[in-house]
Amino acid sequence: MENVFEIHDLSSWFGENQVLKKIRMDIARYSVTSVMGPSGCGKSTFIRCLNRMHDMTPGFRISGRILLDGVDIHSEKVDPVYLRRRVGMVFQQPNPFPRMSVFENVAVGLKLNGKTLSREDISERVERSLVMAALWNEVKDHLGQPGISLSGGQQQRLCIARALAVEPEVLLMDEPCSALDPMSTAKIEELIEDLSEKYTIAVVTHNMQQAARISDQVAFFLMGELIEMDKSGKIFTNPSDKRTEQYITGRFG
Amino acid sequence: MFEKASAFFASVVLFLAVLLFAVLLRESLPALRKFGAAFLVTGTWNPVLDQFGALPFLFGTLVSSFLALLIAVPLSVGAAIFINEFAPPWLKAPVSLLAELLAAIPSVIYGLWGIFVLVPILRDGVMKPLTKYLGWIPLFKGPVYGPSMLAAGVLLAIMIIPFILSVSREVLATVPQRQKEAVLSLGGTRWEMIRIVIGQHCLPGIFGATVLGLGRALGETMAVTMVIGNRPEIFASLFKQGYTMAAVIANEFAEAGGLQLSSLVLIGLLLMLLTLVVNFAAKGMLSKMVARASRGI
Amino acid sequence: MTETITFRRKAVDRAMKWIFYLCAFLVVLPLFLIFFDLVIKGAKELRWSLLVDLPRPVGEPGGGIANGILGTVVITLLTVTGSVPVAIMSGIYLAEYGRGRFASAVRFAVDTLTGVPSIIMGIFAYILLVLPMKRFSAWAGAAALSMIFIPVVVRTTEDMLRTVPTTVREAALALGIARWKATLRITVRTAWPGILTGILLAMSRIIGETAPLLFTALGNQFWQSHLDQPMAAVPLQVFTYAISPYEDWHDKAWAGALVLITMVFLINIAARVLTREKR
Repeated sequence: MENVFEIHDLSSWFGENQVLKKIRMDIARYSVTSVMGPSGCGKSTFIRCLNRMHDMTPGFRISGRILLDGVDIHSEKVDPVYLRRRVGMVFQQPNPFPRMSVFENVAVGLKLNGKTLSREDISERVERSLVMAALWNEVKDHLGQPGISLSGGQQQRLCIARALAVEPEVLLMDEPCSALDPMSTAKIEELIEDLSEKYTIAVVTHNMQQAARISDQVAFFLMGELIEMDKSGKIFTNPSDKRTEQYITGRFG
Repeated sequence: MFEKASAFFASVVLFLAVLLFAVLLRESLPALRKFGAAFLVTGTWNPVLDQFGALPFLFGTLVSSFLALLIAVPLSVGAAIFINEFAPPWLKAPVSLLAELLAAIPSVIYGLWGIFVLVPILRDGVMKPLTKYLGWIPLFKGPVYGPSMLAAGVLLAIMIIPFILSVSREVLATVPQRQKEAVLSLGGTRWEMIRIVIGQHCLPGIFGATVLGLGRALGETMAVTMVIGNRPEIFASLFKQGYTMAAVIANEFAEAGGLQLSSLVLIGLLLMLLTLVVNFAAKGMLSKMVARASRGI
Repeated sequence: MTETITFRRKAVDRAMKWIFYLCAFLVVLPLFLIFFDLVIKGAKELRWSLLVDLPRPVGEPGGGIANGILGTVVITLLTVTGSVPVAIMSGIYLAEYGRGRFASAVRFAVDTLTGVPSIIMGIFAYILLVLPMKRFSAWAGAAALSMIFIPVVVRTTEDMLRTVPTTVREAALALGIARWKATLRITVRTAWPGILTGILLAMSRIIGETAPLLFTALGNQFWQSHLDQPMAAVPLQVFTYAISPYEDWHDKAWAGALVLITMVFLINIAARVLTREKR
């Protein structure tokens, strides 16, 4: 199975502060990769490199290469806007657009992406995305309601639908369940499993049980370094690195 | 690129500000060259002889504004204290709303009310009695016609109260609750608590509010010109008629030309500089206060 | 001995309380007096004819301020259409891209302009437009009012945009939407009720402005809708009638003032209702 992402010696700095140290990683297509580690280990920073969200951050620097389907995402040829259509992101706090309805939230990526689609096309794709995000049945009669009138778990699924609507290849999720209750979390974990048939997914999580449940592979970060990355079964039962073992058994973090 | 387009519009705004200064400066040059610094201290205003001096207007602007402050500041601070400390909860919102509405009334309507309601009340209820019994004091010397420095001061006070009030309320709100409780727990009365707390925390902020109010009073045109009498004189009595910088511009500009026009523009330039200095001083004071409050002092 | 001290302090406390009550009363009193007078005296001359007729010479009954109402509407529209694009784009620039010396200079300029007395803006427009054109005009009046309108709206637009949380901007970018589209179609849209309120409040302010129009639009006795000629406006008419020596014109001044304050307050209230509704 080919790799969607290949990361070569990725290091990054906020000003003088180095936050990532020579990360080397491959992310296989249609896999679910969890990125875990204690707070401040750089996992969120790392994942945001993959869709160049840090372009907006003044004082941020990287070295090394990130290859998406073999192409360096920082090369001149790559338009970051286009990159972000191929690599979507879901955030920790559900953030539907405040003054748009459910329908408009999902449709906005389609409408503003430069393509002109007919109204039927948009409706159809909105419905498809909401179905994929396991939200359709709950909102199909309330598409005109404000996006923020939904519950927390529903809002997060709305954000997932919104990200899926632009048909990315990869979905990055930055602690998508940490602001949600256990039931919503379970729903979203189920969703991730379903989505992994069609999408490559990378999830940042601080919840080890979750990482064990949902992922094929787990990457363990500590203080900006990738300590170990392996199949999730192996990481949790027989980690190679002592530090990984200490983290898993709760010795720190 | 969108960023460049929006930057262009921003530069238009910058350009307009610069243009304003440039245009005023250029038009006032003839007067500046002819009179120089003496413009500030000359008392004549004579279009026939082309002799102009800003002194009476400077005097009128400053006196009317300070008079307004004298009346407005105690009332505003008192009302602010009332709203924050004494008003029952249901009264707070309406009173603040009313103060805000006062700020929305156009100047010309204040002037209208001033001419037909305020001036007669002041003339018959305040000025005439005072002249009769205390007329030997220069401040209260007659004759009394109605339009006067006093009327302008009172009207200006009414107009700037909403601004001083809202800033004062914000200043008062920055006082930490525990400081108030400390005074009360020592057995202090409500008034003593207010007095101590204000003395400790709020004076710079209230001073800033005052200066802000001054900035607004200096530039007021319509209401003032309608009740001040519009006579370019310098005098000691509150009951005499005066003239302010903004008022003389309002009255004479449309038909002025030549050196008179240039002198009027020079007066405008001076007024603008005066207002700007005062406003920036006020902002400086208030931002210092905000910074201290956010540090939890 | 302790008893008297306590008594005195208590008395002072009570006295001060009444003084504060008095201050609050004195502060709101003028508002009531003014409104009372506006309604009573204004209603005297308030007839339909006031709103639709032209001014008549002194002594002739009837007559109205219709040309002033038209003039105010025209000049206000002129000001708003010319100023809103400039002001909003500048506000967007300052909020979304504004770091560095240029942005600081623009902010300083905006702060400066908001503190300038409105009559100075009249001088500005007079020198730039009235003198070269050799006549008074509605253009000049709108130009003067724009100098008041623009800085206020730049400030409110920037402030409102700053209240949009970063997470909204990030979500927009993460969808692969171009930065400028994300800014306009999502960030600005989110802040829009606040921005619109700022525009409406600025509008209500310039409707009541008299000083900047005194020697730019000048005023006019007749129907006049050409933008390059002197134009009437309600505040100018109120002023002229108020300072005249004629009793019936004084009555008209009150009526005109009532019309003016109604226009100002309607827009003010509309602005406030807007913010509450779209929450």
